[in-house]
Amino acid sequence: MAKQVFQHTFDNGLTLIAENMPHVRSATINIIVPAGCAYDPANMPGISSVLSEIILRGAGKNNSKELSLAMDGIGLDRSCSAGTNHIRLWGATLSRNLPKTIDLFADIILKPHLPKSDIESVKLLAAQEIMSIEDDPKQKVMLALRKIHFPSPLGNDRRGTLEGLKAITHDALTKFWKKNFRPSGTIISVAGNIEWEPLKAQVEKLFGKWKGGDVPALKLSPGKGGTSHITKDTQQVQIGIAYPSVTYGHKDFYAAIGAVNVLSGGMSSRLFTEVREKRGLCYSVWASYQNFKEVASVICYAGTTTDMAQETLDVTLKQIGNLTKGIKEEEVKRLKIGLKSSMLIQEESSSARAGSIAVDWYYLGRVRPLEEIQKSIDSITTKSILAHVKEYNPKEFTIVTLGNKQLKYGK
Amino acid sequence: MTFHQQQCSNGLTIIGEVIPEARSAAVGFFVRTGSRDETVEESGVSHFLEHMLFKGTKKRDAAQVNKDFDKIGANYNAFTSEENTVFYASTLPEYHQDATEILADILRPSLRSADFEMEKKVIIEEIGMYEDNPGWMVFDHARKLFFADHPLGNSVLGTTQSIIDLKRDQMLDYFQRRYIASNITLVASGNFNWDTFLKKAEKLTTNWKFGMARRDHIRQTSGSGEFKLLEKKTTTQQNVVMICPGPPAASPLRYAANLFAMILGDQSGSRLYWSLVDNGLAESADCSFHEYDGAGAFYTSFSCDPKQTHKNLEIVIKQIHELITKGITEEELEQAKSKVLSRIVRAGEKTMNRLQEVGMTWVYLRKYKSVDEDMQTYEKVNLRQIQQLIERYPLLRLTTTSMGPLAKLKMPEIPKQPKVPNAQHS
Repeated sequence: MAKQVFQHTFDNGLTLIAENMPHVRSATINIIVPAGCAYDPANMPGISSVLSEIILRGAGKNNSKELSLAMDGIGLDRSCSAGTNHIRLWGATLSRNLPKTIDLFADIILKPHLPKSDIESVKLLAAQEIMSIEDDPKQKVMLALRKIHFPSPLGNDRRGTLEGLKAITHDALTKFWKKNFRPSGTIISVAGNIEWEPLKAQVEKLFGKWKGGDVPALKLSPGKGGTSHITKDTQQVQIGIAYPSVTYGHKDFYAAIGAVNVLSGGMSSRLFTEVREKRGLCYSVWASYQNFKEVASVICYAGTTTDMAQETLDVTLKQIGNLTKGIKEEEVKRLKIGLKSSMLIQEESSSARAGSIAVDWYYLGRVRPLEEIQKSIDSITTKSILAHVKEYNPKEFTIVTLGNKQLKYGK
Repeated sequence: MTFHQQQCSNGLTIIGEVIPEARSAAVGFFVRTGSRDETVEESGVSHFLEHMLFKGTKKRDAAQVNKDFDKIGANYNAFTSEENTVFYASTLPEYHQDATEILADILRPSLRSADFEMEKKVIIEEIGMYEDNPGWMVFDHARKLFFADHPLGNSVLGTTQSIIDLKRDQMLDYFQRRYIASNITLVASGNFNWDTFLKKAEKLTTNWKFGMARRDHIRQTSGSGEFKLLEKKTTTQQNVVMICPGPPAASPLRYAANLFAMILGDQSGSRLYWSLVDNGLAESADCSFHEYDGAGAFYTSFSCDPKQTHKNLEIVIKQIHELITKGITEEELEQAKSKVLSRIVRAGEKTMNRLQEVGMTWVYLRKYKSVDEDMQTYEKVNLRQIQQLIERYPLLRLTTTSMGPLAKLKMPEIPKQPKVPNAQHS
């Protein structure tokens, strides 16, 4: 299964990485630009998100409608969205349409119209998106959890606030785009049935003259952590729990991933078994690993009716605590096969691969070969997980609950 | 890609699409049963039973089922709709046989009483979760309002009360009626050996009972045409679902119907996008075509600032009216096609997607279609077929449901179904 991964960093700092997948007919392209909500000015939270909406409304020689038609005409499914660190422009289509896609994407990144006439409508959309969080209790609790758990500005929600939206003007948007769209720190990743040399030449021609300085360092201030409750009249109580873990690329990274999978990888994992299967406390319960360059955490979720909420929280916390009491051989065996399967089956999806190689590059500055990942997975043992959970045994949890009854958060 | 099929003597159908270059292999049991096949007293049993299948067999208890799936790194799950219950797993090729064995085993569940009572609690939690999500709830109400006394209006989840009232014996009775071999299709897709798979599958299912499972009330409906406002003070956005009739799954017009829905309400570049979302009048707007056994429907939905709702309803009605009276352009059709073709190719690269596609095509059409055949069928759709669709189905006969903070909402007047200029028949 020799696969070809190519990479090149141009003089202006832009990185292009590509993986050739000869067995597919599609191609996916990702462009991540270091202009996520972490760079939103303090008085305009939400501006990167608004930019990610308006940026598709006309670019280069095409106005908004023409651009949309051009992309539809080549069957290009696409999206542009703001994350914490980046604005991400994503597109997937048949590989024969990749060159046209790159032309259009270069216009969007380098020559967007950002039409003044659309400011009010994109702000209206953004306001509705903020309002609709209120109608989705699960999302609301998880956003509140991230906000108090992670250092600011990493825990911020990309949607911003209604007040922030009011402050956003056309000038401010244009300024934000000019200031933050730069080749340095931008990664273009492509996966699918592609040819490297023509791809590289095209990217060089389109983006080669792009200029800009280095990505400014973020000033982080620690999250306040602790516990909090949001009162809301709902059927269920929503529970969000977070505690620190190690970052991507840390020597303990795979042990940490192992620990999360003991808790929540597959239906035989501890949380699913103890909270749902044995006690019938809830329908949905899970834990997952979430990371930034600077910090990483394990995030857990459970949603349950009011009467069962206290027990759900207690059992979940107890299971996290119990990790230090021992890890079974069979648990490790199962989670390793699970990790290996997802790694190999990912090869069927150009979209998943384009995402993965960009993640590797962003965090590690290189793309890991399959054999290396395989070796890392093989290195997970009961001992390595146990050593990790003992060293990183959470002293305190950040907990946010939402519903019509406040819970007791233990010690 | 090669396709195989086999009819077993007990009535079970086994089909497979072999894709040697795939990285994985998927397998699934497609049971032709769902909420439309339930009596009033059994409301929610199909979905509850789907959960119970993971609670164990003579050979395995619930924990063992989960462990055995996880032991082979399977990506596995199940879902229940109005008319299908599907159990599936995808794995690396070397575990395909194991996955088939576990699935075949859980298809003959023990339905132990203690598990039944425990899982009841989980189902009630699942219902509670959906009740807190207005964007989902409005669809359940909308379907009920449109289908009225048609069984496709039955709720998949049932209600908290119907689940509390349900007895294990009722579930057993439903199981014996519905999970008989002739009502089930075993589907495999991906990198696997057909002969080995077939031999194994036949052996695993040879004792399954022969019999016939009936499905009653297969008929089309134009829907109630009613309008209903459900006030939910605790929400902030207003959700709207408008349903009108469309062709059933077996109709040759299903391809035209999918393209039509895309032209009206795809996420990008559609008529609803430009008239509702681009200008910020609605947060989102969508139209999708749902096909069923003997019936079909277009679901048009949007969510918006409550005070904008009336105006947005007018806009949707105007957009549909225009499509009917003025038709669509050749250019619009070509665009919709390029989107569909690109999505078919990309979905076709994932074994799990192929399993669903091959399985559902077989369940509804008793046919196999490769990715390329599927693409060719879409490529052949022309303006005349779109016109036939418009002539044959009263697309302005809208059944409308809205849920949100509004206490009052006036439904705009819907123009009479206009006389459609006749399509030219060749």
